[in-house]
Amino acid sequence: MNNSPGKGCTGFIADCSKWALTGSTSYKVYLLVLLAIIGTGAWAYSNQFRDGLIVTGMSDIVSWGLYISNFTFFVGVAAAAVMLILPAYIFKDADFHEVVIIGECVAVGALVMCLLFISVDMGGPLRLWHIIPGIGLFNWPSSILTWDVLVLNGYLALNVFVPLYILYCNYNNRKPVGWKYQPFIFLSIFWAVSIHMVTAFLYQGLPARPFWNNPLLGPRFLASAFAAGPAVIMMVIIIIKENTTFHIDPIIFKKLKRIIVISAIINLLMLFSEVFKEFYTFTHHSLSAQYLFFGLDGRDALVPWIWTAISLNIFGTLLFAFGPRTYKPKYLMVAAISLFTGIWIEKGFGLIVPGFIPSPLGEVIDYSASGIEILITLGILATGILIVTLLIKPALKILSRYKDFERQKLPSS
Amino acid sequence: MNSRKDETDPMNKEEIVEGKSSRRSFLKGLSIAAAASSAALVTGGCSLESLPKSREELGLKWETYFQENYRLMTQEEKDQTVERLTRQAKLEDNLDIHISSQPPREKVLYGYAFNISRCEGFMDCVEACVQENNLDRNAKTQYIRIFEMEPGKLDPSTGDGKYFHKVPVDDKFYMGVQCFHCENAPCIKACPVKATWREPDGIVVVDYNWCIGCRYCMAACPYYGRRFNWGEPSVPEEEITRQQHYLGNRKRMKGVMEKCTFCIQRTRQGKLPACVEACPTGSRVFGNLLDPDSEIRFVLKNKKVFRFKEELGTDPKFWYFID
Repeated sequence: MNNSPGKGCTGFIADCSKWALTGSTSYKVYLLVLLAIIGTGAWAYSNQFRDGLIVTGMSDIVSWGLYISNFTFFVGVAAAAVMLILPAYIFKDADFHEVVIIGECVAVGALVMCLLFISVDMGGPLRLWHIIPGIGLFNWPSSILTWDVLVLNGYLALNVFVPLYILYCNYNNRKPVGWKYQPFIFLSIFWAVSIHMVTAFLYQGLPARPFWNNPLLGPRFLASAFAAGPAVIMMVIIIIKENTTFHIDPIIFKKLKRIIVISAIINLLMLFSEVFKEFYTFTHHSLSAQYLFFGLDGRDALVPWIWTAISLNIFGTLLFAFGPRTYKPKYLMVAAISLFTGIWIEKGFGLIVPGFIPSPLGEVIDYSASGIEILITLGILATGILIVTLLIKPALKILSRYKDFERQKLPSS
Repeated sequence: MNSRKDETDPMNKEEIVEGKSSRRSFLKGLSIAAAASSAALVTGGCSLESLPKSREELGLKWETYFQENYRLMTQEEKDQTVERLTRQAKLEDNLDIHISSQPPREKVLYGYAFNISRCEGFMDCVEACVQENNLDRNAKTQYIRIFEMEPGKLDPSTGDGKYFHKVPVDDKFYMGVQCFHCENAPCIKACPVKATWREPDGIVVVDYNWCIGCRYCMAACPYYGRRFNWGEPSVPEEEITRQQHYLGNRKRMKGVMEKCTFCIQRTRQGKLPACVEACPTGSRVFGNLLDPDSEIRFVLKNKKVFRFKEELGTDPKFWYFID
């Protein structure tokens, strides 16, 4: 390569920043657009910070809304990196090994989004130090929320450490030492499952909310995550393949597709099982589901959303299941976007909001997100996309440089 | 039963207090270190007109920001805290109030009973509660809700909680709900920072200065017993109840949770809660469950009583009864 290979820690940081921030004009415009959306979100948040959560659409009855919905969904996206890590590192699948770094970068972006969504949802963000173990008061193990704090931050640390170590070695033209990072890979596989199960337990453990108090919630979280997460990763890989010179073997799409189809079918099966339970014998615990799918007491704000979500879900699953065998980027993109959007609506909005409706005292109200809430949410999404971009770009550069280095070494040795 | 009790036992202080001194010295260091930087932090959250006017006011603000969880404080520290808050009320709002840190009375466990055959739905209790507890007039916060019920139904969710007509209506009965002060309270279990707990006299309280506003307790409560301050709460100055308690009706901030405290500022002084005193029909009974001669014990012994959502195992200290 024409770049002189840097060395050491400072060189690594300097080169990574350089590779992350330089690029074509359209790349710079793309970064600026993201920054503009983040700026708007920050402005919206300054309003919320000043006036309180009253600027959102939430109320004493629907006390969690868009933020927590997105948090729940993106925990799934983060957990889904394990679907690449598992075959790449454990089954030594060479194809997955090529792209595993992309999965890890997506996980980091998703986790940062999760932590931001939680933070903007707090009524007293300045008092957040109360939850730091040691200086605050950490209600562990009683409160599932404290478990979530631990598993999310732990998973973030794992997903930063492992790729960082591998990339740093590759940057310095070294092969990473197995025992130094493989134990953490094993750990991160269990950890990925735990972040999603713990997040499900957050809701599942509340008898006050019959809609959530359902043992299938955790497993269904996993199934939908393992469909939606790889769908996101597939979208990212298609964008990389179409816009850069980084080599991606089309076989990877076939393998990802297989994972997505199986998970999506299991997810639909569980969805059907839940719907059957709610409606075959209608009890007063089914009122939330009634509200979600058909409306209740003349309130039906979520009805169009959930049916759109289910249609997209089925449509995306069918596209993946019966698609052409060769790599067709546009076709795959449509399939991935429909499945991703379908699960996003269903597992975000469609899961969190109806849990609160009707209220424990039987009141039915509609929730809709306010403009400020939407701007903050978009700002966080843009932050996540920015982070994924700024991580992937130097990472791919280092990987292809290292591949060239290995190739040059071969004939000489 | 025993294991359940351990989980929620408010007297389980050893566990809470563990590591207290190191934490406190750490916090002290932290507060000094952060004093400079938090000047910007504290004022940053305020609009221009509420900028601290004096060095003293700023100092008190920092101390309040770094104050520890109320339950970890010694009685002496509790006294200092309420003294500081009283001073802050004077400096910031020019209010002369009295904030108490009175501990629970010995051998007292509060219980509440509500007579559904007697209540006629006048809502004097709601009004008295709003006044006594300095509830936010902007958001029209109410701790108590009264439901107009059809005969034959005993679940408030089947009733009408928003009636606006002359009461009582023939063939209807009335049912009041508020925080039920559960012995096995799901809200306490949910709180990630132990900002809400059950006092030894059975009152479930919130430390407003410790609550981070995550609202997990609200999602966990099966009775809709908690209220959140979505905006900055406000009470007209002339209507403020000045006899206050740290865990009760003192000023709340935006972004924190609050709830019925059985009027802790009154009941710990041996008075009745405002709702009980205000009820014109005598439908509300309040007293010490540990006192065999109390009215509440008479009701529990001699009347047909039931509790709301008994199947959830929350063990509320609030009973409904029928004459």
